[in-house]
Amino acid sequence: MELLSGGEMLVRALHEAGVEYIYGYPGGSLLHVYDALYRQSAVKHVLVRHEQAAAHMADGYARATGKPGVVMVTSGPGATNTITGIATAFTDSVPMVVISGQVMSFLVGDDAFQETDMLGVSRPIVKHSFAVTRPEDIPELVAKAFHIASTGRPGPVVIDIPKDMTMPNERYEYAYPKKVKLRSYTPPQRGHSGQIKKAVDLLLKAKRPVIYSGGGVILDGSSDKLRQLVDRLNAPCTNTLMGLGAYPGTGERFVGMLGMHGSYEANMTMHHADVILAIGARFDDRVTNATDKFCPDAKIIHIDIDPSSISKTIIADVPIVGPVGNVLDEMTALLDESDETPDSEALDAWWKQINEWRQRHGMRYEKNDNGLMKPQEVIESLWQATRGDAYITSDVGQHQMFAAQYYKFDKPNRWINSGGLGTMGFGFPAAMGVKMNFPDEMVVCVTGEGSIQMNIQELSTCLQYGIPVKILCLNNGSLGMVRQWQDMNYEGRHSSSYMESLPDFVKLVESYGHVGIRVTERSQLPQAMEDTFGKYNNRLVFLDVTVDEHEHVYPMQVPTGSMRDMWLSKTERT
Amino acid sequence: MRHIISILLENEPGALSRVVGLFAQRGYNIETLTVAPTEDNTLSRLTMTTNGDDRKIEQITKQLNKLIEVVKLVDLSEGAHIERELMLIKVKAVGAQRAEIKRTADIFRGQVVDVSPSVYTIQLTGTTDKLEAFIEAIGPGCVLETVRSGVSGISRGEKILSL
Repeated sequence: MELLSGGEMLVRALHEAGVEYIYGYPGGSLLHVYDALYRQSAVKHVLVRHEQAAAHMADGYARATGKPGVVMVTSGPGATNTITGIATAFTDSVPMVVISGQVMSFLVGDDAFQETDMLGVSRPIVKHSFAVTRPEDIPELVAKAFHIASTGRPGPVVIDIPKDMTMPNERYEYAYPKKVKLRSYTPPQRGHSGQIKKAVDLLLKAKRPVIYSGGGVILDGSSDKLRQLVDRLNAPCTNTLMGLGAYPGTGERFVGMLGMHGSYEANMTMHHADVILAIGARFDDRVTNATDKFCPDAKIIHIDIDPSSISKTIIADVPIVGPVGNVLDEMTALLDESDETPDSEALDAWWKQINEWRQRHGMRYEKNDNGLMKPQEVIESLWQATRGDAYITSDVGQHQMFAAQYYKFDKPNRWINSGGLGTMGFGFPAAMGVKMNFPDEMVVCVTGEGSIQMNIQELSTCLQYGIPVKILCLNNGSLGMVRQWQDMNYEGRHSSSYMESLPDFVKLVESYGHVGIRVTERSQLPQAMEDTFGKYNNRLVFLDVTVDEHEHVYPMQVPTGSMRDMWLSKTERT
Repeated sequence: MRHIISILLENEPGALSRVVGLFAQRGYNIETLTVAPTEDNTLSRLTMTTNGDDRKIEQITKQLNKLIEVVKLVDLSEGAHIERELMLIKVKAVGAQRAEIKRTADIFRGQVVDVSPSVYTIQLTGTTDKLEAFIEAIGPGCVLETVRSGVSGISRGEKILSL
């Protein structure tokens, strides 16, 4: 057997786990590991400018590819800087492995230089974590970490490695385990057949069914199966913010996103449904509105791999614990066997009703006459310029909602945003993680002038590695979503929501060696889009687009109401 | 309603902090908690009592089961079970009180395990209710100090919690 140091074992094990890129930042406790990285070429390291961005890059990579993203940071501040990124991944169930350095094991507990209890600090926001106590355990812990991160309901796993576990002169026998076995961790492989049968019966009898699908469908790679089921049942389908793209945004049976800023027809369809099939979604408070008024007539079927997601906020009538894809397969098989077919008469009436709702509202906004653009039209323009086929990441706020509403995602894994935690500063590094792995694809970060400044230092990383992502900044000169709430609930008192002293973004990105384009009125946008994806295709382009600061995101559910209680514009309510 | 949740936990550093942290993080209440190694030294047995309606208890058990180090879990209150708690209690025992306290301890099948001219230290085992009844019986006024182990529990009959 081969003898390797702890640092070498770590790098080798990461390679065997299938890692191509590590996003990280070196420091004292990890120097032995970084030296081991230097002496090989299989695993590439990407040096970020702030550790939070490393976590978001790994996250973006993971969401686009479905494989765990890997972060490597030193002890103390290096580790704590990743916390927001780990929490973001945890909330959205993203597979991630974070390697954090630690001070020498004999110094742990002594308040040594750059010592932080990383396992303690990260405990509430990880799926699991390990501390290395013997160098020879490293390969096994790496294998376990990847197994846990990527199976069941995915999530981040931290491995904390004291510096003395990686000493270059202490060598051990290296063996990467072929199989990982954990007696206390066995994610469900299939759903309960009896429950699945009940669900199918319920769906076949439904008069007003709706399929409500979430991020779990995308995580399980089951979008095709979802599409087949929706079409087969001839049921309307709504996707959550995390589930956009699982069912095609331009699809006929798609009624739009649901929830707080969901479409009128999606929320109305949900509210009036008699059977809701929830797939890989978790009845988040941004979806349900007041839970006691949630969909009063609906029987609820809930498929999720995580039992704790079922009946947490909304009680399921037919709970099914299992992997989405497997359960959908079984449902399809039962439909094949069944003599019954969906009630076409009832469905025709249901679709007639839904189409009325669509016509009554749909997604709409009014353009200004004076050339000052509404954010919605910029997103529509982006959709056209990219033929609806780009990877879109976003930050958090109005621009995020406009992107979710107006960019019609036809494919899964293309819409990458911090849906659960709502992390500003996520979009740009996430886009970088995507672009590095899909260099031939269009990757656009839709952001605002507030969010982009939370990780703008990564412009430097993009220069170093040549990462030509596009940044579309909907610049309204204020923290738009905060401002909207202040307009609606605080009589327009804009407390700390105005972004004074904004930088000149064009000059700023130019100083990093990139391309900046300013767009202040509608007539300039088509050319700017053309240049961004045409002559500057191989450059990072920052499109700084001035948009109307008074625009609000609608529809918007009325707090403490049911799903159908919505503001449809500044003056119009359901 | 009060529930007794019993867990087989990997006997590893940090495992207990995950269990306790989960309760703090999700706003669940721990009333009592005991934990000690089992005959299998890779496993600890943890017993906790907590309060909540059925939905809350369902969430608590589901969330606990998600912890990688939780190997097995049972809600003992769902079936017939035995529960015991140990209490050591120091009481003021002077004059006529001395005999009365001894008699009361006998009735509760407690033992006086340490004696000084003015103090008895009594050891008592039983359910939480019984321990509380004892304190009530001797009069809370003469209690100087109590220490309780927290509840341990086990199912009745053939049912066992093991791998």
